[in-house]
Amino acid sequence: MPNPVKRHSRTRRNTRRAHDFLKQPSLSLCPQCNEIKMPHRVCPKCGTYKGREINPIEKVS
Amino acid sequence: MYHGKAGRKLGRTSSHKEAMLRNMVTSVIKHERISTTDCKAKELRKLAEKMITLGKRGDLHARRQALSIVRDKTAVGKLFGELTERFRKREGGYTRIIKVGYRFGDNAPVSIIEYIPDEKKKEKAKPKAKAKAKAKAKEAAAE
Repeated sequence: MPNPVKRHSRTRRNTRRAHDFLKQPSLSLCPQCNEIKMPHRVCPKCGTYKGREINPIEKVS
Repeated sequence: MYHGKAGRKLGRTSSHKEAMLRNMVTSVIKHERISTTDCKAKELRKLAEKMITLGKRGDLHARRQALSIVRDKTAVGKLFGELTERFRKREGGYTRIIKVGYRFGDNAPVSIIEYIPDEKKKEKAKPKAKAKAKAKAKEAAAE
């Protein structure tokens, strides 16, 4: 079986991992209650979307 | 090759999927609005809109075709009566899907699928929503 010839340096390992991070979810403000919410989704605070859809289903989270 | 194969598999055998979607259309017709995962809602939309098209045709054959999918006779009655009347002037786009959030437990994206409500009923529902929003705004202001 082929094996790695050399151990990778710390720098090399860390450079590889430089792109391993979590991305912030994009967020938008609810036009109704100014609360932070996910875009294209019902506002979890006031239960509205595009000015209607009153409290669709109480608790989904 | 997997070219040109429309539709989602939903992790089920085709018979399981068909049975599930039939149950679901029956439920939407009965309750107007149900909540499921995004994918199931999008898959259901196709069937739900086809049912309305059958209702608009309104003949005996269409009714029998609807009965072969919808599991409830009274629901078919509603489909060919109330719902068809409501969507008489609308050409397609009878349903609405609204994304809600993520389900606790499996973090599945949940959305709500509904038949577009009646214009008259909407007018009644709207002021209520505004009142609710106002009350909440007041509460927030008080805090």
